[in-house]
Amino acid sequence: MFELIGIPPQALFGQLLIGLINGAFYAMLSLGLAVIFGLLNIINFTHGAQYMMGAFVAYLCLTHLGLGYWGALIVAPILVGAFGILLERTMLHRLYKLDHLYGLLLTFGIALIVEGFFRHLYGSSGLPYAIPAELRGGYNLGFMFLPTYRAWVVVASVIVCFGTWFVIERTRLGAYLRAATENPTLVQAFGINVPRMITLTYGFGVALAAFAGVMAAPIYQVSPLMGANLIIVVFAVVVIGGMGSIMGAIVTGFALGVVEGLTKVFYPEASNTVIFVIMAIVLTIKPAGLFGRTA
Amino acid sequence: MDRATRITFLAMLVVLAVAPFVLYPIFLMKVLCFALFACAFNLLVGYVGLLSFGHAAFFGSAGYVTAYTVKMWGLPPELGILLGAATGAGLGLVIGWLAIRRQGIYFAMITLALSQIVFFYALQAPWTGGEDGIQSVPRGHLFGLIDLHDPMAMYFTVAAIFVLGFLFVYRVIHSPFGQVLKAIRENEPRAISLGYETDRYKLLAFVLSATLAGLAGGTKSLVFQLASLTDVQWQMSGEVVLMTLVGGLGTIFGPIVGAAVIVTMQNYLAEFGSWVTIIQGFIFVVCVLTFRRGIVGEIIGRFGPKGAAPTGGGH
Repeated sequence: MFELIGIPPQALFGQLLIGLINGAFYAMLSLGLAVIFGLLNIINFTHGAQYMMGAFVAYLCLTHLGLGYWGALIVAPILVGAFGILLERTMLHRLYKLDHLYGLLLTFGIALIVEGFFRHLYGSSGLPYAIPAELRGGYNLGFMFLPTYRAWVVVASVIVCFGTWFVIERTRLGAYLRAATENPTLVQAFGINVPRMITLTYGFGVALAAFAGVMAAPIYQVSPLMGANLIIVVFAVVVIGGMGSIMGAIVTGFALGVVEGLTKVFYPEASNTVIFVIMAIVLTIKPAGLFGRTA
Repeated sequence: MDRATRITFLAMLVVLAVAPFVLYPIFLMKVLCFALFACAFNLLVGYVGLLSFGHAAFFGSAGYVTAYTVKMWGLPPELGILLGAATGAGLGLVIGWLAIRRQGIYFAMITLALSQIVFFYALQAPWTGGEDGIQSVPRGHLFGLIDLHDPMAMYFTVAAIFVLGFLFVYRVIHSPFGQVLKAIRENEPRAISLGYETDRYKLLAFVLSATLAGLAGGTKSLVFQLASLTDVQWQMSGEVVLMTLVGGLGTIFGPIVGAAVIVTMQNYLAEFGSWVTIIQGFIFVVCVLTFRRGIVGEIIGRFGPKGAAPTGGGH
């Protein structure tokens, strides 16, 4: 086999694939954050915990109810989304008139409660979740081995991301949503129930996180802290992309995952921090973010 | 200082002098280090309106530098602590310079993300000892004279550092510079239109806050003779936010009360493990929903002169 700049191609493409997978999760999570932020003006710090909850619902469905991966892919977003709607109705909606920082603090507190609760019940170590039978195995592409499940994650996340983009940017419902982001009072005056739309938007963003959590369960282990460190990286992704654009969030998510994967090949020591460093560089050159409108 | 503040300050000095004879000095020193850390944090969030979610970077890295220089280079404790504070200042300059480009929640996310670089550096660098941290740091002799291994000597040194730090914060807040900071908090575009270069003010406030956080972190590493990853983790950034919030954002004594409350709680709940996190999260939620002025803010609101309490909500 040939070598590229001293790196065996299996390692290179392997890391590229891992990067693409990570990027898929960055994209799905930062997309949810951007949708929530657009309408609620709140940075949802609980997003990581809700992603973790999605993975746990999948795990519990399998161990207690015998409900497999495909069922969990539907059940987890509904359950966790309902939990999100409950949060929005009971707590978050009281904060809309206050400084945005209180929304951050509140959701941070909820994240601590949720993560502490799961750690109390299940400990800090990861729980294994088997890949569903239909998606085991893989393809030999000649230059690398492609596990079916990983291919599925990339394809499914692309479909989900672009589906969300399509709904928001190309449908009537999305038009209402974008209008309410610009001027909620005016949209309400046209007879649209904006508070309900806000609640459902939050529920949808949270459901997206839970969906990502179920997809992640077979790849990463299911553990109470799986979302805590991820959410900080996703914050950096959001700062780099700028939250003004849905497509921006998707593209930045995938691109940064790939960059992170490549860093693992060429300079592994920096793989944990490369996204934060890129964020610092973007801040010096284009403070509003790559796809951001003015701050 | 106005009369109420002066009386409270004197009462605090009395408590500081008597406390080590009643309570366990190590516990008190822990409270004081965190109180100074929270005061430093409050300078930024309470008076400039910038919520940093990465202050653990300054607190923790200063701890490493103090511990390393005192243990490996044999520096005297006062120099070690000063180097710790200088580390906080240097990091504060870099992180602040990047973070003040954005406002509000972006500022919080950026400081959080940048502090993760410091965390991963501390995790991977050879001199920080990885998961073990830097252990059994000698406390040494202050100015070559006072043996800090004596708990009382260490306690009064920490108390002196705390009081100096506190007075410094008070001085900054009540200086013309502090007035400009408050103007930026209330209405930044107006401050700009009055001709203030608000970015410079924000950066200086950030550096001052980071320096004091470093002072607190360096001192803590001598008290516990240990520098570890706990102090650079993002959870620590969250804790200092919680302390300040509980005590009262934008109040002078609030962070001190908040630090005392949270450290006491952690002490009593230490054996319950993960419940500490759950209860801290719960306090966060309760504070944000119903108790935004914090303990000291509520006291000022109930008993103080009208209009003296911070609004706790804003625009």
